[in-house]
Amino acid sequence: MQDTLNYTLKDFKSESEVRWCPGCGDHAVLNAVQKAMANLGIRHEDFAVISGIGCSSRFPYYVSTFGFHTIHGRAAAIASGVKCANPKLTVWEITGDGDALAIGGNHFIHAIRRNIDLNIILFNNKIYGLTKGQYSPTTDRGFVTKTSPMGTIEDPFVPGQLVLGAGGTFFARCVDNNLKHSQEIFEEAAKFKGTSVVEVLQNCVIFNDGIHETISDPKSREERQIFLKHGEPMIFGNNRDKGIVLEKGKLRVVRIGENGIAPEDVLVHDAMDQDGFLHQSLINMKYPDFPVAMGVIRAFPSKVYNEAMEAQIVEAKSKSKIGSVDQLLSSGNTWRVE
Amino acid sequence: MSIETKVIELEEVSIRFSGDSGDGMQLTGTLFSDTTSLLGNDISTFPDYPSEIRAPQGTVAGVSGFQIQFGNKKVSTPGDLAHVLVAMNPAAVKANAKFMMPGGTIFYDSDSFTQKNFEKAKFKTDDPFTELNLLDYNKVPVPITQLTREALIDLEIDNKSILRSKNMFALGLICWVFSRPLDYIETYITKKFGKKPLVLESNLKVLHAGYNYAWNLQHMTPRYVVHPAPIEKGLYRNINGNQATAWGLLAASEKAGLELFIGSYPITPATEVLQALAERKDLGVKSFQAEDEIAGICTSIGAAFAGDLAVTSTSGPGFALKSEALGLSVIAELPLVVVNVQRGGPSTGLPTKTEQSDLLQTLYGRNGESPVVVVAASTPSDCFHYAYMSAKIALERMVPVVLLTDGFLGNGTEPWKVPTMAELPAITPRIARDAATFKPYQRHPKTLAREWAFPGMDGFQHRIGGLEKDEAGNVSHDPANHQLMCEIRRDKVEAVADMLPQLEVVGEAAGDLLVVGWGGTLGHLDTAVRELLAKGTKISLAHFNYIKPLPSNTAEVFANYKKIVVCELNLGQFVGYLRDKLPQFKYTQFNKVQGLPFTIHELSAQFLKLIEE
Repeated sequence: MQDTLNYTLKDFKSESEVRWCPGCGDHAVLNAVQKAMANLGIRHEDFAVISGIGCSSRFPYYVSTFGFHTIHGRAAAIASGVKCANPKLTVWEITGDGDALAIGGNHFIHAIRRNIDLNIILFNNKIYGLTKGQYSPTTDRGFVTKTSPMGTIEDPFVPGQLVLGAGGTFFARCVDNNLKHSQEIFEEAAKFKGTSVVEVLQNCVIFNDGIHETISDPKSREERQIFLKHGEPMIFGNNRDKGIVLEKGKLRVVRIGENGIAPEDVLVHDAMDQDGFLHQSLINMKYPDFPVAMGVIRAFPSKVYNEAMEAQIVEAKSKSKIGSVDQLLSSGNTWRVE
Repeated sequence: MSIETKVIELEEVSIRFSGDSGDGMQLTGTLFSDTTSLLGNDISTFPDYPSEIRAPQGTVAGVSGFQIQFGNKKVSTPGDLAHVLVAMNPAAVKANAKFMMPGGTIFYDSDSFTQKNFEKAKFKTDDPFTELNLLDYNKVPVPITQLTREALIDLEIDNKSILRSKNMFALGLICWVFSRPLDYIETYITKKFGKKPLVLESNLKVLHAGYNYAWNLQHMTPRYVVHPAPIEKGLYRNINGNQATAWGLLAASEKAGLELFIGSYPITPATEVLQALAERKDLGVKSFQAEDEIAGICTSIGAAFAGDLAVTSTSGPGFALKSEALGLSVIAELPLVVVNVQRGGPSTGLPTKTEQSDLLQTLYGRNGESPVVVVAASTPSDCFHYAYMSAKIALERMVPVVLLTDGFLGNGTEPWKVPTMAELPAITPRIARDAATFKPYQRHPKTLAREWAFPGMDGFQHRIGGLEKDEAGNVSHDPANHQLMCEIRRDKVEAVADMLPQLEVVGEAAGDLLVVGWGGTLGHLDTAVRELLAKGTKISLAHFNYIKPLPSNTAEVFANYKKIVVCELNLGQFVGYLRDKLPQFKYTQFNKVQGLPFTIHELSAQFLKLIEE
């Protein structure tokens, strides 16, 4: 099919004027998603982009596929309905840290638990942008915002931990300013059968400018981020001389060649491990003690809700004596009045 | 037999089975109802059960009841008062004393009339009948527990199972009293317990023991005879309102050529709608038990966007949670059916009791100008028709439709002449055909309905959402446009009136008093009005199934009566709506909010009083 579909990014641009703030990270993510869509070999009319409420949730208007900009927090539920109603569709859910993890937390975890084949792009800028600067469920403790003038007094969610806790099968992370890498990750998310959650570390240029800068700055990217790939050793650094090892049940950063550390001592990433222990540890890695884990951290293929739903219908149809409403109405305990 | 049995011939008779919620009274009642239908009587039933699954044994709070009325003519209600009560314990007598017809018969398990049970039922003395002033009743003590035990003495069966089959003794007994044969019940039990021979044998033994006991005891047991009702020819079945609702939606999906999706969350008394559809995967139903009420409606909205006939079912509190999402379906203009099986409110209220108090919530309970079509079913079996019509309106007019039923309809059963698919009206969803001219919010000039295009349809790609848009579908914050769109959405709902039948009345087209009702009160209002009509009273009934929009001739009908009384199971919601929509008329109102249906008696008394005033 791929041969006959020669889409480019342009095919996925809608006529609507993009109205995010100049410099907003969302522009880059939009481009990366559109490029990924063009590359997937999926027919243009088979895409549906569903969003909730927030800056990033304007996204569907800017993609020329079918799109639905819904209500705050409910994108996961609406996207679940779209996918189950028509499993042939490739369904993308666009959401943010407030939309998915605060008001929509319940739908987020249950979509993941069911493992419905959705691609969830979670824009994490650690702030409420559309309401102009209040703290979100991912805002770090102590952070001063308009609704936390003395700093927040609550600990944030780590999105990947929630995904794992909900029995998630796919979790990946990328940064808005790394377009090429983001595009790769989105394509992998789309190809994965099941709920794929991609956390995009995204910059809000107005209300939380530079929130991810420490790790996202391209100049220090190689030192402060580690790009995980299934089956490859966990090596990072400008000189590719640092690695991650497991010691006494905990991850540690080592320098290859120092203290007798050989390249083969470095962990090899297994995204397909059912046991989420190492994935959890990778998700929790924080700068400066660790590089921040990027790429597909977990991709464990499991049973997919919408496929099971279809299978049950096929099975019921093949076994049942009732194949039409007329047959249903006259089935069971009936009697005839003559 | 030489001993004479007292035979009472009745046009209709009402029986109440009552016991602990674990005593199996609902099954007993259902089996008796089915048997009675098969004999050709018209029936109406009403289960009355507590919200606790198993409230403390022997207490009044734990009493579960099932009332059935059957007759030799059309039966529209389960009956105000019962001729016969079957009481499995003293608490059942206490809970039901007020529902007994003076002079009626009470069969009770005399083994349960112990000091301990009197205390549990909070009787002050050891003479419950005197204490409840039930002296003029025919009281028949039957040692049900002991006789059940003796019937099973040869079987190796534990005490718990013995006690569990007491309901079969009561059922057998009542079948004799009402001259019902046991064959249907035997077939049912055999089917159900075919794989458990011991349970099967014990149930059949106890059933016959009860039947034979009544036969042997006939000198003190009155026997009732109710002749079959003259019923229209055709194929019949018993159906309750929730099942009829589910099947009406199935019929609509088949007729429209669309797959059916239901996203829903369990809630009393609506859960059975979801269950009945989950059972029908053989007809392609996609049933999705959501994580909450909001997800119930939101998954359905997603399915509507994707091109399914989308449905969600709930009851009052759940409907409140769905409000915001319902507004989304209003502004996105997607077809959606929301079923609200109303119960007593506010908040958790009376979960297992019936009420009509969600009307204003349904009409107005959303932010913004947010009109939806509101339809109300009025009997258990016509839930099928109104569910079907709700889907037809939603699909043809691209609008959300709320179908109001209630606990009384949802759980109540009646015989239903089953239709065939060929008899049902066509449903033509407004699916877009021409990609070249398609615009998402382009409308039919008369109905104002937009066209429906969904993902997968090549050339129809478009974006919709909860933001206001202009007629071309582009997001618009223009002030004049917003007013125009609000008016269009209002007018689109009003235009549905052209699909609706005219309002008809029972009785003369003019008179002294017009009784107005809506939804599930039809059986009681109709019976009360017909009884008064038979006595020469100038009374008529106008019953509404279409609330928003109202039938177009409503004002014309109202104008012909001296007085109008609006009767509803709330504090005056429909009457308030009528005062707003048709302010030219003067309305009186009659309201009840006790979690119970009206009684014919209280309605008749009220109507006569109004006519005399």
